Amino acid sequence: MQTMYTEEQEQFREVVARFLRVKSTAGDVRQLMASSEGYDVAVWRQLCGEVGLAGTHIPEEYGGAGFGPVELGIVSEEMGRYLYCGPFFASSVMAGYALLNGATESYKSAILPDIASGAKIATLVLDNLNNPGEVGAALKATKEHVVSGIASIVVDAHIADLLIVAASTPDGLGLYLVNAGSEGLSITPQEALDPTRKLSRVSLSEVRAERIGWLTESLLNQTWDQICSVLAHEMIGGAQHLFESTLEYTKVRVQFGRPIGSFQALKHRCADLLMELEFAKAAIHHAAFCLAASEGEPYVASMAKAMASDTYMEAARAGVQLRGGIGFTWEEDTHLWYKRAKSSEVFMGSAHMHRERMMTMIERASGHDTGEQP
Amino acid sequence: MSDLSVFREETRAWLIENCPEGVKGPGVVHSGSTKVTFEKDIQLWMERMADRGWTVPAWPKEYGGGGLTVEQTRVLFEEMNEIGARPPLINMGTRMFGPTLLEFGTEEQKQRHLTVIAKGGAAWCQGYSEPGAGSDLASLRCRAEDKGDYFLINGQKIWTSGAQYADWMFCLVRTDFDAAKHSGISFVLVPMDQEGVTVKPISLISGNSPFCETFLDDAIAEKRDLVGTMNEGWTIGKRLLQHERSGQGGLSPTAARPKPVGVTIDLEVDDVLKDYVNDSTISPALRDEVIDWKMRSAAFRLTQKRAGEQARDGKTPADTTSVFKLYGSTLAQDRQEIVVRLMGTQGLGWEGDTFSTDEIGAARSWLSSKAVTIYGGTNEVQANIIAKRVLGLPD
Repeated sequence: MQTMYTEEQEQFREVVARFLRVKSTAGDVRQLMASSEGYDVAVWRQLCGEVGLAGTHIPEEYGGAGFGPVELGIVSEEMGRYLYCGPFFASSVMAGYALLNGATESYKSAILPDIASGAKIATLVLDNLNNPGEVGAALKATKEHVVSGIASIVVDAHIADLLIVAASTPDGLGLYLVNAGSEGLSITPQEALDPTRKLSRVSLSEVRAERIGWLTESLLNQTWDQICSVLAHEMIGGAQHLFESTLEYTKVRVQFGRPIGSFQALKHRCADLLMELEFAKAAIHHAAFCLAASEGEPYVASMAKAMASDTYMEAARAGVQLRGGIGFTWEEDTHLWYKRAKSSEVFMGSAHMHRERMMTMIERASGHDTGEQP
Repeated sequence: MSDLSVFREETRAWLIENCPEGVKGPGVVHSGSTKVTFEKDIQLWMERMADRGWTVPAWPKEYGGGGLTVEQTRVLFEEMNEIGARPPLINMGTRMFGPTLLEFGTEEQKQRHLTVIAKGGAAWCQGYSEPGAGSDLASLRCRAEDKGDYFLINGQKIWTSGAQYADWMFCLVRTDFDAAKHSGISFVLVPMDQEGVTVKPISLISGNSPFCETFLDDAIAEKRDLVGTMNEGWTIGKRLLQHERSGQGGLSPTAARPKPVGVTIDLEVDDVLKDYVNDSTISPALRDEVIDWKMRSAAFRLTQKRAGEQARDGKTPADTTSVFKLYGSTLAQDRQEIVVRLMGTQGLGWEGDTFSTDEIGAARSWLSSKAVTIYGGTNEVQANIIAKRVLGLPD
């Protein structure tokens, strides 16, 4: 199992960063967050085509690049840093992983190449994004190929061609394919606190759906883990950006005749933040290394997500506080990351949920089964 | 087979053959002090390892070390861990003073002191803090007068850990009272067994006395035991602090330390916490504290590991040691808080048969853990160092 990035991986990061630095400036983010689509089609096509990122973790046999969680983490970290607005997370990561884990071979071959090439945008429809243990209560397959119910929050459903829906059946959680525009399907975009990640309410009323596979409890948890690992990378990239920009600000902002970064109260807050960041980063990269090697502790993804949640929020709070008044104005860019930090903090489970999930896994591993689901 | 695998095989065989039973598992480690008699196995183990230079495996052979590479040193520790062997020798000479002297000492000084340290023939203590110079160490006033071929030293040192058992003290003294405070300091070596040196242990809130006051009244240090240049001892003193903090932060790649556990659920502390955590009456809030601690602890170890790998490229401890000192000491202290909290009223023991040994130990450790965020530079001073040296924030 690798414990540090290879030289190739560092070069890959530079390629991704170079692209996003130009294509996802704060100005671009502001423009896209105000639009209803929320992404730039030309940039997305470039990202899928020239740079080839949409299929980063999808095996070559399904048209992807054949990399794993480590490279995917690198892409996400840079996307988080530059606050990339686009369907990468919903389509490649969420739907991609659900399909890779749960779909039958023939559906994988049929759907994944379009996701890897960006020809189609998919999203994963889960009726609960707080806790894997609560998925399946609101979306149900009422008959063999008919799904009904409501998912109150779905990422990028408004631009999705394909909806990968997890719905409960008497035989467990089924994975269904619903095409955009299907009869009985209604997608209502919602104004969200974080306008850089577009959310919709998806309601299905007797919608015809093909069952393409199953998400057993363990596959659902595996999917959840993989998504959380990616999300945690995205978050630490954003936290790193906030940290660097805030540090820079304290060096140039002068009050009382000296840079505010010379005051001990601010110095200590910055030093604390550096430590939180460094230690969270170690945990987050470790999660990707473990998932890539199918080794390590069962709770690495929960640990990564919990630490990312706490760290990103702390970086965001410091980012606003240390800037003083300017930090909570619309004109200054900090709030873009501040809001993304909040939406990411709770998305796919809060730090508390993940700590509890980790504890339960530890107890199970050491033979103290509490009988609770993680 | 690679050279390193051959080395591992040979090391394993030798350790199995030579490691006495009495030094396996937790217990006393030889300190090199000539004032303490160690159990037979502990003494034997130290001597056998010293013969191979493995008390200080990474030091050069000419000074009593093993001359091992960083990789070989790591292999040696891994193999020692494998059989549960304790380090053969730990003191301030092996961990702090030795590495500093290797860097700054003259050939004669290295021969004179390092070879003795390597053989376990002397314990060292640290004459740094004074009653009026704690966090602001450079304001120290202990005076050393140049008397031709020796220094005459007068003043008081405090928090000198292990001074009552030490044979030598490395000491920061003021040799120029007119210079700016960082400029008039020298680094000298003082023998403890002389009339001018008096040691008084300090009783702590935990009931132990690991620290002392050391009074220097016309104490003598030989001129040849001045390390580095006169009045330029501050640089050397600071460098030694980095070695000290990297030890406290568990960072030093060549310092023997308990089995590196990586991220694992078998953290040794789990055994202590387990029974309480599995008690169904524990509140979810406290449970969350426990898991949060475990998580931070795992992340700390992962970061240590990463830093260790980077250190393998030959990088020695630098300013980032403050990051580990600060985070590590907080983590250690938090743990004691949680343990005692988990025990409820059972965590209130000092002595007496209503409390188990673990419970009394936990209460005492809770008290003694108050020292870890102070010694080696307080957390607040570490944060200042990080802000200045790592983050580049202005003064």
